Amino acid sequence: MSINPFETVVETVDTSPTVSDETKFTTCYMCACRCGIKVHLRDGTIRYIEGNRNHPVNKGVLCAKGSAGIMQHYSPARLTKPMKRVGERGSGEFKEVEWDEALATAADWLGDIRKSDPRKLAFFTGRDQSQSLTGWWASQFGTPNHAAHGGFCSVNMAAAGLYSIGGSFWEFGEPDWEHTKYFMMFGVAEDHDSNPIKMGLGHIKTRGAKFVSVNPVKTGYSAIADEWVGIRPGTDGLFILALVHELLRAGKVDLHYLVRYTNAPWLVIQDPGAADHGLFARDAEGRPLAFDKSNSKVVSALEADISPDLAGEHVLPDGRKAVPSFKLLAERYLDPSYAPDAVAAQTGLDAATIKRLAAEIAHAAFEQEITLDVPWTDWAGRRHEKMIGRPVAMHAMRGISAHSNGFHTCRALHMLQMLLGSIDCPGGFRYKPPFPRPAPPPLKPVGRAEQIKPGTPMAGPPLGFPMGPQDLLVDEAGNPARIDKAFSWDAPMAVHGMMHMVIHNAWAQDPYPIDTLFMYMANMSWNSTMNSKGTMEKLTDKDPETGAYRIPKIIYSDAYASEMVAYADLVLPDTTYLERWDCISLLDRPICDADGAADSIRQPVVAPDRDVRPFQEVLIDLGVRLGLPGLTHEDGSAKYPGGYPDYIANHERAPGIGPLAGWRGVDGTEGGKGAPNPDQLKRYVENECFWRHEFKPEERYYKHANKTYLETATRLGFIGAPNQIIMQLYVEPLQQFRLAAEGHGANQPPEKDRERIKRYFDPLPIWYQPFEESQVDTDSFPMHAITQRPAAMYHSWGSQNAWLRQLHGKNPLFMNRKQGERLGIADGDWVYVTSHHGQIKVPVKLMEGVNPDTAWTWNAIGKRRGSWNLGKDAPEATKGFLLNHVISELLPARKDGYRYANADPVTGQAAWYDLRVRIEKAADDRPETVSEPQFPVLKTAPTAERPKGPLQFKGRRGQ
Amino acid sequence: MHPALSVIFFTTASGAGYGLLVWLALYAALTGDADPLIGWVGLPLALALVTAGLLSSTFHLGHPERAWRAMSQWRSSWLSREGLAAVLTYIPAGLFAAGWLLADRNDGIWSIAGLVTALLALVTVYCTAKIYQSLKTIPRWHNGFTVPGYLAMALATGGLWMLPMLALSGAELLPIALPTTGFLLLSAVIKWRYWAVTDHAAPTATSGTATGLSSLGTVRLLEGPTTSETYVMREMGYKIGRKHAVKLRQLAALFGLLIPIAVLAAVLAMPGSGIMAGGLVLLAALSGSIGVVLERWLYFAEARHVATLYYGAEFA
Amino acid sequence: MTSLPTALPASAGGTKLGLVIDLDICVGCHACAVNCKEWNTSGHSAPLTDWNAYSADAEEDGDEGAWGVWFNRIHTYEAGDGADARTVHFPRSCLHCETPDCVTVCPTGASYKRAEDGIVLVNADLCIGCKLCSWACPYGAREYDKTEGVMKKCTLCVDKIYNENLEEIDRVPACVSTCPVGARHFGDLGDPDSDVSQLVAERAGYELMPEMGYKPVNRYLPPRPRRDKAEDIGMPERLADLAQRVPAGETTSGASGLLGWLDTMLSR
Ligand SMILES: Nc1nc2c(c(=O)[nH]1)N[C@H]1C(S)=C(S)[C@@H](COP(=O)(O)OP(=O)(O)OC[C@H]3O[C@@H](n4cnc5c(=O)[nH]c(N)nc54)[C@H](O)[C@@H]3O)O[C@H]1N2
Ligand SMILES: Nc1nc2c(c(=O)[nH]1)N[C@H]1C(S)=C(S)[C@@H](COP(=O)(O)OP(=O)(O)OC[C@H]3O[C@@H](n4cnc5c(=O)[nH]c(N)nc54)[C@H](O)[C@@H]3O)O[C@H]1N2
Ligand code: SF4
Ligand code: SF4
Ligand code: SF4
Ligand code: SF4
Ligand code: SF4
Ligand SMILES: [Mo]
Repeated sequence: MSINPFETVVETVDTSPTVSDETKFTTCYMCACRCGIKVHLRDGTIRYIEGNRNHPVNKGVLCAKGSAGIMQHYSPARLTKPMKRVGERGSGEFKEVEWDEALATAADWLGDIRKSDPRKLAFFTGRDQSQSLTGWWASQFGTPNHAAHGGFCSVNMAAAGLYSIGGSFWEFGEPDWEHTKYFMMFGVAEDHDSNPIKMGLGHIKTRGAKFVSVNPVKTGYSAIADEWVGIRPGTDGLFILALVHELLRAGKVDLHYLVRYTNAPWLVIQDPGAADHGLFARDAEGRPLAFDKSNSKVVSALEADISPDLAGEHVLPDGRKAVPSFKLLAERYLDPSYAPDAVAAQTGLDAATIKRLAAEIAHAAFEQEITLDVPWTDWAGRRHEKMIGRPVAMHAMRGISAHSNGFHTCRALHMLQMLLGSIDCPGGFRYKPPFPRPAPPPLKPVGRAEQIKPGTPMAGPPLGFPMGPQDLLVDEAGNPARIDKAFSWDAPMAVHGMMHMVIHNAWAQDPYPIDTLFMYMANMSWNSTMNSKGTMEKLTDKDPETGAYRIPKIIYSDAYASEMVAYADLVLPDTTYLERWDCISLLDRPICDADGAADSIRQPVVAPDRDVRPFQEVLIDLGVRLGLPGLTHEDGSAKYPGGYPDYIANHERAPGIGPLAGWRGVDGTEGGKGAPNPDQLKRYVENECFWRHEFKPEERYYKHANKTYLETATRLGFIGAPNQIIMQLYVEPLQQFRLAAEGHGANQPPEKDRERIKRYFDPLPIWYQPFEESQVDTDSFPMHAITQRPAAMYHSWGSQNAWLRQLHGKNPLFMNRKQGERLGIADGDWVYVTSHHGQIKVPVKLMEGVNPDTAWTWNAIGKRRGSWNLGKDAPEATKGFLLNHVISELLPARKDGYRYANADPVTGQAAWYDLRVRIEKAADDRPETVSEPQFPVLKTAPTAERPKGPLQFKGRRGQ
Repeated sequence: MHPALSVIFFTTASGAGYGLLVWLALYAALTGDADPLIGWVGLPLALALVTAGLLSSTFHLGHPERAWRAMSQWRSSWLSREGLAAVLTYIPAGLFAAGWLLADRNDGIWSIAGLVTALLALVTVYCTAKIYQSLKTIPRWHNGFTVPGYLAMALATGGLWMLPMLALSGAELLPIALPTTGFLLLSAVIKWRYWAVTDHAAPTATSGTATGLSSLGTVRLLEGPTTSETYVMREMGYKIGRKHAVKLRQLAALFGLLIPIAVLAAVLAMPGSGIMAGGLVLLAALSGSIGVVLERWLYFAEARHVATLYYGAEFA
Repeated sequence: MTSLPTALPASAGGTKLGLVIDLDICVGCHACAVNCKEWNTSGHSAPLTDWNAYSADAEEDGDEGAWGVWFNRIHTYEAGDGADARTVHFPRSCLHCETPDCVTVCPTGASYKRAEDGIVLVNADLCIGCKLCSWACPYGAREYDKTEGVMKKCTLCVDKIYNENLEEIDRVPACVSTCPVGARHFGDLGDPDSDVSQLVAERAGYELMPEMGYKPVNRYLPPRPRRDKAEDIGMPERLADLAQRVPAGETTSGASGLLGWLDTMLSR
């Protein structure tokens, strides 16, 4: 540039700078959605992460979290070396040790347990995407005390779906974004299908389909809904059943669909008092029966070409009466008590709206029927020229499932879908493989005392699907066999376990004391638990006599300096998601979409610059040290000397079935099933780290009854045999439990549980007031308080992220403006939020779009001082807060003093959103005002360096 | 707007400096043989005020070492023009000073140099005012009061600083005191009208027009883009309480107008001029300058930037 | 050149590049904002400095929280009162105005508008950090990097949209390629036939604060009206209240009525 002060210097912009010298594909792990990413590297440094355009999940897009991956990878909160606790538990004082010592210590602790009583190991994993490995490892070890976070997450949704339709929402199914004309979303903020839902919503809105969001809060997705239904929390069941009532009254249900694909015609024994009352009438071969109108005979309901009756009363061969399950259903929901006018007040909606919505649904389903000219063949070999679609799609998540009445509410929603005939049809809800599976999948939980032998693997997986009392994990007296009391009379269908009860029960030594609590990827001393303060106390509580910790040993694997790290005796530092191999397996939570089966991997994109190891490597190493049969040869040598990648490629769960379905067979030509292929990972890397098998057009709908699909699914190993998967409007296993409670059979509930089981194990969906609401004085606790996922934060782990924490560095309590004004609360004021369990002090923001009886906040923004290697005055700790402090893990005591978990009585799902509170003004906003409770500043464990001064990331070496 | 001290000091100091230059030039030109004493004190003082102001404004730049580039865009930028005018002013000012102080001359071409200095000084102040007046984004600045206000206040403060020197050299105060009083009153009127009008001016833009959502109803911010600060709010989000502002306005009037006028009246009433009078007019000058600083602080603090509409402000 | 250039005519290959943002489907997820930051912190205006990134040096910074330079920011507004209020997510970045004072006020010529495509840029080697341009921007689109001492702003990804090292299809702004709902569109708003111009025409895309006279190039597509009445989705009146339509005999009194309509249903 010249030095003439009057010259106008013209810039020449380099519009084609080199972006990167290398790009690698892998899978994002900034949340559980598993999008494909393309990572640009510039001299060894990550310069840019973008979505992989060819990836089935995200098709090139990336969310805010995924786009902030760089800051997660270079986070100063990263742990750097294995650590042993030296100070008091919770003090955060550690000494760094070598991996050999760390692993030897762990192997030593676990070895003793395995030899004596394997149940004394409780192995629980949180945001785990390798559950097929961790679950298998647990049963190899021989302990039933394993589960991932599903129990406090959304098991109501999973269980209701799997028992009813052999599939579910979450990321296991999706609306037919292409064809739906009417989309209803219940209680969804983000879901695990983060990007696909966003892409889908953009698509249907642009197509002009109607989008209705049922949610007490109008933010995020609800903000762009064509109609917002601001329901009162916990009442969706009533709302849905009122819709059912309306549709039944108007005869707007797809009876042909019900007859073909559901158990609507199956005859239910009507013999009150008998041991089989309310069960399906079956023939000698155990096949359910139906009444065939064409020849007026009671025949096997599984026959293809019968015209079964749905409403009559029939006489069984043994002379007893039986009626089609649909008759029971129709009679129940036609009752005026389910009429819109009857439920309006409870739900906070007006009857006219409910009626109109029912009408709109009927209109979309039946007046706007769509047909695809795709011939297909049903399970019975009958060819159909067209695919008929009822273009009404539903999606729901924790808003309806995270309540103590969530299981039945989710069931009600699936019942509504079945009545409309809109499951896996064009325009409706669509299964993602490996679903549909038989409802429920034929897999029983293992873990009763007699099934546990020291030094031996369990005969099966710790989690499964009980069909009745005989499958519970309890002893003769009915006491729980698992530390979390899953599959006990407290929560018979706890199919995901009850991680939220582990720390409490281990501390209470109820049902029995354990020795080692081994956890992975779960911030259980903070945002991941109810009653965080109490949980911290239980983690550090000592036996007054011996002075020993009531939970003797705690091993924890985390990648970052979370609040939980301080409570571990042994810390096994993990890598970041860009430094390791991983496999997103069809055996776990795959990345399939309705049109294709898929799975994927993570590959190391950069090498760790710290002394850390991938947890899966560590788990396999430990398995070898412990001599677990699945991981060692007779001579004790490792079966997978190559570690985790070796295991991924060569492990077989069943003949031909391994962690990855792609490029199987020695020559890599087989998909789904096939011999292990040593080059498998190489092939994945070549294919941008994923494999996908696309279904033929004739396989894409009616998967539950589509011969071609069912055969393909069998070939790929998703299901055992290509039999029709019959949807269960009426869920018989529930009746099995109820009969036991009524005094039938060998396995009956203890007295304390009888009434509860009788009441809540109804084979048809019911609604009841959430437990907390029905047990506390609602005048003292008049408001609901709930949380939502912020789109740009992932639980606790986004707060260490220099970019994301600018978006959500603190969180106010949002409440309805009018409600606030009534209480004399203004924007920015601080309030006390009091529940039956505790009190917090937090700042308020008033808003319009929220149900008047509901207050809410963003989840997991509040942090503990000193954690995550943040400055001690980080706003997350001083102005941010957790609602968890006022949520109790236990319900108020019953008359007899017993306290059930604050959970659904059927599945044990944590009832986060049952919370009731009182809100009172505390103080005006002042710079020095801090949120309460506050805890002693955590001594941050050794971590990566914090950059000095301003953060100036340029994507070049030296950063 | 965030009242940055550097800018406040710059505009007030250079204002007074340029004002003083104007009076010195006129005085010299009119008398023809002005007392060197006045020059020896006045010129350095004026140039010091101007230079200090310019320097402080340069120091708040991100790249002071590049400041010299700021003259290149005189075709479109008032800031550029201000820089240019400021630099140009030094040339005749130099001549003027040389004549008065070294050659002890301020007649003929020397006085022309003085008058050119005076003219450029006024041009510089005008440019400074235009920088603010031309910003459509800040309604409280983008109006007819800004330019006359800056000019009047520059001449008033300049005049006030001229008086002590006259007193010092025992010269007649009246010829300067009268117009100074005039400019003091003029500034007061302008400011008073400014507040009267801008306080009740219809908003230039609202959160509704800023977002284009007014047709849907009142537009309220639910969540800002970040929970922590942003450059825009740090720079432009400054808010000052109503009461606070009123008090400051009164103080500005007291120091900037009432005290100086009272003092001047007293001095003029006194026979002759001497140490006593000198002390008093110095007091008036100090008080006047304090008043202007207060006014300038308010000028920034009370100004609302339309960009704040995106951050919760409902109108600007 | 600070004085505004005369735009290169389309005939000579000149364009008027900008963004069209669909407020009807933006879910406020911040993906575009973060991806913008991610691309640009190592791009033409590198770095996009962050201060007090881990709340460790609050003292010298005066803010407990992290804050920094972003070119794209997502606001959320509520328009209207009570349950009928609309929640609208609102992304905000430089609008690459046609007659912006942010360019003309710049004393150094660092702030300029390109003749060929209308992109407004800052020449970081020239900028003296006087901040006047940011005062002149009504849209709060300019961000001062106090560590670098220069003004920074949305570059419309000038180092991406023409980048020959990237595949053709990737030559769009980072915020556009990443938006999960597809609410962001990029193109030549000077060409009435371009997709973006068409979209603006169809959906009545609008300018922000036209009263400022800056002639923004970017356009916003307004939220579509709510559809919470039966007729909104073309539902025939006869369906509007289902309960009225229960055919004779199909009473709600359980089985008898039930049988009745079941047969009619099935025999359809
Ligand atoms: N109030 C309230 N509380 C809730 C919920 C709610 O809705 N409201 N939701 C509940 C639900 S559904 C869930 S799933 C839980 C989620 O809560 P958590 O399961 O605790 O999830 P995070 O806090 O995101 O992450 C857990 C831990 O994983 C660590 N981590 C991150 N990446 C890695 C890695 O690569 N390797 C290893 N080893 N560790 C890693 C993080 O540092 C963190 O300590 O929160 C529950 N808590
Ligand atoms: N960005 C981001 N994505 C995530 C996560 C994250 O932390 N951040 N977490 C992941 C995890 S672990 C999970 S489990 C999923 C959870 O996915 P979601 O279930 O979508 O997440 P939640 O935040 O629990 O959303 C609950 C929603 O239901 C609403 N709601 C609460 N009570 C009721 C009710 O009674 N009725 C109705 N109709 N609505 C109600 C709330 O307002 C909220 O909008 O998200 C996953 N995805
Ligand atoms: S949704 Fe976002 S964070 Fe989750 S995997 Fe996809 S890109 Fe990553
Ligand atoms: S990425 Fe798209 S949806 Fe998300 S905030 Fe930006 S524009 Fe809106
Ligand atoms: S938006 Fe602001 S910065 Fe961008 S061109 Fe317009 S005025 Fe200039
Ligand atoms: S800050 Fe830089 S770009 Fe902006 S006006 Fe000043 S010199 Fe020009
Ligand atoms: S165009 Fe590029 S620079 Fe501008 S907002 Fe989008 S991503 Fe950021
Ligand atoms: Mo979860």
